[in-house]
Amino acid sequence: MGIAIKALMKSPWVFHISAGSCNNCDIEILDCLCPRFDVERFGIQLVGSIRHADALLITGAMNRKSAIRVKELYEQAPKPCLVIAIGSCACGQNFFRDSYHTVQSLDELLPPGAVTVYIPGCPPKPEAMIQGVVKALGQLAKKKDEPVTAGEEKKES
Amino acid sequence: MGRKDREETVSDNKERIKSIVPIGPYHPLQEEPELFRLHVEGEKVVDVDVDIGWNHRGIEKLAESRSWDQVTFLVERICGICSNSHPLAYVQAVEDCAGVQVPERALYIRTIVAELERLHSHLLWIGLAGHFLGYNTVFMWGWKYREPVLDIFEEITGNRNHYAMMKPGGVRRDVDPEYFPHIRKQLDEIEKQITMVKGAVLDDPVLHARLKGVGVLTREKAIEYAAVGPVSRASGVPSDIRRNHPYAAYDRVEWQVITCESGDVFDKAVVRILECFETIKIIRQCLDNIPNGEIDARLKEVPPGEGIGVAEAPRGEVFHYVRSDGTNLPIRHKVRAPTYMNLPTCKATVVGQSITDATIILAAIDPCYCCTERISVIDADTHKQVMTGRDLVRLSQEKTLRLRKGLGL
Amino acid sequence: MDSERVVELLNKSLGAKIKEISAPNPRRVYVTLDPADIVECARTVHKELGCRFNIASGMQMQRDFEVLYHFAFEDDTPAGVVATLRVHLDEKAPSVESISHVVPAAEWIEREMRELLGIEFRNHPDMRRLLLAEDWPAEVYPLRRGKPWEGKIEKKL
Repeated sequence: MGIAIKALMKSPWVFHISAGSCNNCDIEILDCLCPRFDVERFGIQLVGSIRHADALLITGAMNRKSAIRVKELYEQAPKPCLVIAIGSCACGQNFFRDSYHTVQSLDELLPPGAVTVYIPGCPPKPEAMIQGVVKALGQLAKKKDEPVTAGEEKKES
Repeated sequence: MGRKDREETVSDNKERIKSIVPIGPYHPLQEEPELFRLHVEGEKVVDVDVDIGWNHRGIEKLAESRSWDQVTFLVERICGICSNSHPLAYVQAVEDCAGVQVPERALYIRTIVAELERLHSHLLWIGLAGHFLGYNTVFMWGWKYREPVLDIFEEITGNRNHYAMMKPGGVRRDVDPEYFPHIRKQLDEIEKQITMVKGAVLDDPVLHARLKGVGVLTREKAIEYAAVGPVSRASGVPSDIRRNHPYAAYDRVEWQVITCESGDVFDKAVVRILECFETIKIIRQCLDNIPNGEIDARLKEVPPGEGIGVAEAPRGEVFHYVRSDGTNLPIRHKVRAPTYMNLPTCKATVVGQSITDATIILAAIDPCYCCTERISVIDADTHKQVMTGRDLVRLSQEKTLRLRKGLGL
Repeated sequence: MDSERVVELLNKSLGAKIKEISAPNPRRVYVTLDPADIVECARTVHKELGCRFNIASGMQMQRDFEVLYHFAFEDDTPAGVVATLRVHLDEKAPSVESISHVVPAAEWIEREMRELLGIEFRNHPDMRRLLLAEDWPAEVYPLRRGKPWEGKIEKKL
């Protein structure tokens, strides 16, 4: 296992991007930092600069104005970079898919295979998000290629 | 401050990152178009440009291809924090158009859900304000005490957020009285906590020095901008939709409209804190007096016509207008969120103020929280970006520290 | 305050300018005006009668455009009334004088109606784009009937 991946697994620094969302997923992400869930004890921290990000937490239905930024930010993030699609909007745009002001969904916007974990829910509960992040890290460790959905029954995990 | 300085600060001060809890999407890159562009001369803000549309998802157009009942689910997702207020105003617009009377029990349930939403939203805001001012324990506290409210929501509606309780003609689910004792117990606990915060805020000399006289929105300006909600009530305008255009069960319970006089950030905080007490009072009365009976008027058809529904969201008045041609789909649905009226007030409150106060003044409007992070500071002479939102938050927190030292605390 | 009282007040202050007035229930009043009179009537309702401006709604109907200006009558007595001033505009070239000089709070919504419906608001101080992305074509008005954006803009980025 490469040094970069090992470091990533110990304390992933996450960068949060919201691209046309109702903010519920964003608030539940912040809830993970608060006393009840407290993911900081696992070493997971929100960072303010894309250049320090090990993982991208992306929410939102990819509205036209924000989606362009998402693509740019992804390109600037140092690789390897986990991309975690949080919420049904980021997974598949929900009913906003038909809207005039949305573009293609996140996994079509980014290069194929860029999205590592899909965490559906509207919004997904903090427990689901934590499970998703842990699965993403587990993915990296096993260096698998297929993306996983949080909530899948897996014998190994 | 150049990018190199920012990166040194980030890597040299890992401890600092841990204690400053960043909120919302950060876009520190120079090329990012920002929501608030503050034009500055030195430390003073001379102009502000507001750029919106970051969450525009074409909901009004989508509503025209969804049935009357489906639109309720659509409008819930306009804003996550006002997740109940939009459906409430919308179903009232449909009921206005159809001329239908909602059963009493449903009115009480609507009130309980709406007030619980107000409680968790104000606690969220108090937490955010604490973060911007450098009181990170307040941030943690505020969001910790939101959790019991979200638990109550999960018990009675099935979800922590996006409750799907509203329906044209009534409510979708009944609330089981077996939950009432637990709700009462949680409210008692939360009330104790808010009482403590109220004392801490109203008596803190650092907060007085920090927030009084800052970002003043005069009564005249509040009326000129047609501001709504706590933003206008803090400026002495006694406009509260629950009182002025009674809906749900608000005219069947005792409560007070909270107003303050000076319209500064301190007053905006006080209004929100005191409203939490009124909210708890309203919920308790609803739990005591909720009648038995039907929860749904079983609205079958919406006749041709038009309807308007208004509700008091935590941020202010939500306004929905619907037009019907008698078919199953609305032919027009106009949605107006409270922040749409309140955001332009930043021209009156931020211009002339120092950049150290910019984040807290903008946060006091209580827009969608992530919008306040998209701030950039532009030098009025060179038109170059000199600072980002994160820099501004840090400046704001440092000012509080300086004031505290200056007061010898 | 109830709709009967509001109808009285409006008849008194707007007089012959009212083409049609109706009060479908105690809380709602709808007034139809000539577009040429809207600025004067908005000024009367907002400044003299002290109403709060709620918002304006524009829509494309079968044979014309309608713009509705919603005002709230709120005094000390409980139960306010929402009074709506309605104007009908020409289908081919919908255009009306901006009310933002007398009702400053209307500035943004007129920008939005221009952008989404293509209604011209004459003498508006700032007709910049408000909501739509930079690459959205200028003459495509998404809230008009049908799907006017089809074939005019690429959905995928």
